[in-house]
Amino acid sequence: MGITFRKETFRDDFTFRNSPEHIRRFPFPFHEDAYMYAVNIEPHVVGPKGSVLENLIDVDEHYVAEMQDRALVLAEDPLRCQSLPHMTLAGWDLLELLMEQQALGYPEHFTLTRDGDRWRWINRPLGIDDTFTFGDTSTLPYGPMEYITRQSQGDFCILDQRDGNLWMDAGMVTTQADWSLDFDIGMNFFEWHAPVPLAHEKGIFVRALKFLTNIQQGKPARRLNWTMTINPRLDTSPENYHKWGPDRTTVTPENVGDKVHLRVELQSFWRLPRSNSIVFPIRCYLIKMDELVTQPKWARRLHRVIRDLPEELATYKGLTRYRPTLVEWLSRLDDGSPTSPGFGPD
Amino acid sequence: MSTGTTKLDVVVSDVVPVNELVTRFHFRRRDGQMLPTFSGGAHVVVEMRDGDRTRLNPYSLMGSPLDTREYTISVRRDDVGRGGSLFMHRSVKPGLEMVISYPVNLFSLDLRARKHLMLAGGIGITPFMAQTAQLAGEGGNFELHYTCRTASLGTYADVLRERYDRRIRLYHDDRDERIDLDRLLSTQPLGTHLYVCGPAGMINWARDRAASLGWPSEAVHFEHFAAPQPGLPFDVTLAVSGKTIRVGEQQSLLEAIEAAGVDPPYLCRGGVCGQCETNVISYDGKFIHNDHWLSEEDHRSGCKIMPCVSRFEGRSLVLER
Ligand code: FES
Repeated sequence: MGITFRKETFRDDFTFRNSPEHIRRFPFPFHEDAYMYAVNIEPHVVGPKGSVLENLIDVDEHYVAEMQDRALVLAEDPLRCQSLPHMTLAGWDLLELLMEQQALGYPEHFTLTRDGDRWRWINRPLGIDDTFTFGDTSTLPYGPMEYITRQSQGDFCILDQRDGNLWMDAGMVTTQADWSLDFDIGMNFFEWHAPVPLAHEKGIFVRALKFLTNIQQGKPARRLNWTMTINPRLDTSPENYHKWGPDRTTVTPENVGDKVHLRVELQSFWRLPRSNSIVFPIRCYLIKMDELVTQPKWARRLHRVIRDLPEELATYKGLTRYRPTLVEWLSRLDDGSPTSPGFGPD
Repeated sequence: MSTGTTKLDVVVSDVVPVNELVTRFHFRRRDGQMLPTFSGGAHVVVEMRDGDRTRLNPYSLMGSPLDTREYTISVRRDDVGRGGSLFMHRSVKPGLEMVISYPVNLFSLDLRARKHLMLAGGIGITPFMAQTAQLAGEGGNFELHYTCRTASLGTYADVLRERYDRRIRLYHDDRDERIDLDRLLSTQPLGTHLYVCGPAGMINWARDRAASLGWPSEAVHFEHFAAPQPGLPFDVTLAVSGKTIRVGEQQSLLEAIEAAGVDPPYLCRGGVCGQCETNVISYDGKFIHNDHWLSEEDHRSGCKIMPCVSRFEGRSLVLER
C-alpha cells in the first residue's frame, strides 16, 4: 500500500493540509505540560508502526509537494545548497544513506539496484529513473549531495569533523526556521550556535559537541526541536524575512486556528562511513492549530506550554507578537483536566 | 543511552603470518553480507574470549575501504604485554567465530589537505595501509615515510613499494637510516597535513619538530597505540553501582569495571577519545594517568580519570560509575 501524495503549496495560496491519519502521526514534542530547553538526545531507532519513526528516514504524503517547493527555492537562490570542495565524498555517503533508507522503507516508491559501482535509482513519485557510477560526479546531473537532497524531505547539514570540533561544510537548507546556510557555511559548532540564549551558561553545548563527535557509525541519534510559523511556509529563511516576517502581525483571534502552525523538527545525527563526517537531517513537520486541537490532549497541553514559556525563549522563538492571542484561543480548549504522560494523543 | 559500540558477528576467514612478529587476521561477516563501509584510519575493537576473561583490544583496519567483503587487521606479538596479542597469535584460527565492533575513526584524513604526509613507525603502518588505499582510489596526493627496525620487520613495506613505488620511503634502524624530519617538514607545499602513527617517542618528536617549524597544530594528526600498561593491583569502589572491585596487575581499570558487570562507555580503549572519562569522588594515593585526553590541570585536580589506560596506587579510590 503506497502513500497518496498530496497536491499542495507552502506559499501564495497555502493549500498545505494534513490528512486525519497524518494529524495522528504528528510528532508532538511536549511530553509534559511545561517545556524546558534540554539536549534531549536519544538513539535514533525505529519506532511504532504508523508513527514518523516507522522508518529512520521518513517519507510522507507531503513528499512531492515539498520537493517541488525546494526546486522553487533553489531556482531563486542557488546558495541554499552548498558544498565545500572537500565534502564531495561526504555527499556520496549521504546519497547512499538516503537511497538505501528510502528504498528500504518505501519499496513501492523507490528502488535502488547496484551492480558494483553501477547504480540504478528509481524514484516513482518524482518520475526519476537514473543509472550512474557511484563515486563519479560526472554521471549525475548535480553533485551527489544536491542530487539526492532534491529528492529527500528535510534539510541536511553535513559536518566535517576535525580538531575536536564539527564544521558546517556542506548542506541543502531550504525549509529552515530562520537561519542561513550561506551565513553558517564553514563555521564550527560554537560559532553557529552563538545566537542561542540561556544555553551557554549550562555548558550544554560543550556536552552536546562531545556527544556528537562521538556519534558512531551504525548508531544514529535524534532529538526534537520546535517553534511556530505563521502560515504553512517551509522556507522561513533570513533571506526571505521580508516575506514571512510580516505574517506575524496578521494573527487575529479569528484566524489563529488556520494561520498559526506548530513546527517540529526531527533532527537526526548520523556518522557517514567514507568521509567520517556527520550528517544532520533536519526534518520539518507542520501542523495548523485547527488540526492540532482535534486531539484534546495536545490542545490542553500546548495551551499550558505556550502560556508558561519563559519570556526569553518566547522571544527567541519569535512568538512574542501573537502569543497572547494564541494563548487566549487555546485557553478555551483547556478544561483544566490533567494530561496523560507521553507525547501521543489519547 | 548506552555508548558502547555496535557489534558485528564475524568469522575468522584467514590467518596469515607476515613476519616473525606480525600476523594478519581476516574477518568476514557470519551472515555472508558485506561489512560496513569505513574510512582510512578507522579501528575496530576485537573481543577475545580467553577462558573466563574477555579482552577487548582495538586494531586498525588495514584493508582498502573500497572493498568491504572482509576486514583485515595486523597484530604485533608482544611477549611482555597483557596477553591480548598473544591470544590472537596463539588461539585465533580460521573458522573461529568472533565479535568485533563497528568501525570507529579517531585518526581520520583531513580531506581539505592538498597533500598528505605520513610518518609510520613499526606496526604503526596499519592505519596507513587503508588511508593510502583510499587516497590512491581518489587520486589523492600522499607520501609515506616508514621506519622499521630491520628490512625483515618492515611489515608490508614490499606491498607498499609495489603499489605506490616512489611515494614510499623506507628507513631501517639497523642501517642507521633516519628520517631527516626538519628538511622534510620545511619543504612541504602549503596545505600539507602531517599524520604520524607509531611509538610515543616518534609521535612526540614529530609533533615537537612540526610545532617549532611553525606547522599549525590543526595540520598535525597522530594516533597512539597506547595499550594499557600493567601495574600494581589496586582496589576501587564504584559509588553508583555500589561495588568494590580489584584491578589486577594485567587488567585495566576499564576491564575490571566491565568484569564487575558495569557497562561503561568506550571507543578507543587507548586513552585518546574521551568516552570513558569518569569522575573521581575521593581518593587517598596517587594516580598514574596514562591518557592523552585529560588536560594537565585535570590530571593534577584528581577529579577525573580515564579508566581505559590509567591506574592508581594508594589506599583508597572511589569513582562515580
Ligand atoms: S576509551 Fe577512549 S579514552 Fe578511554
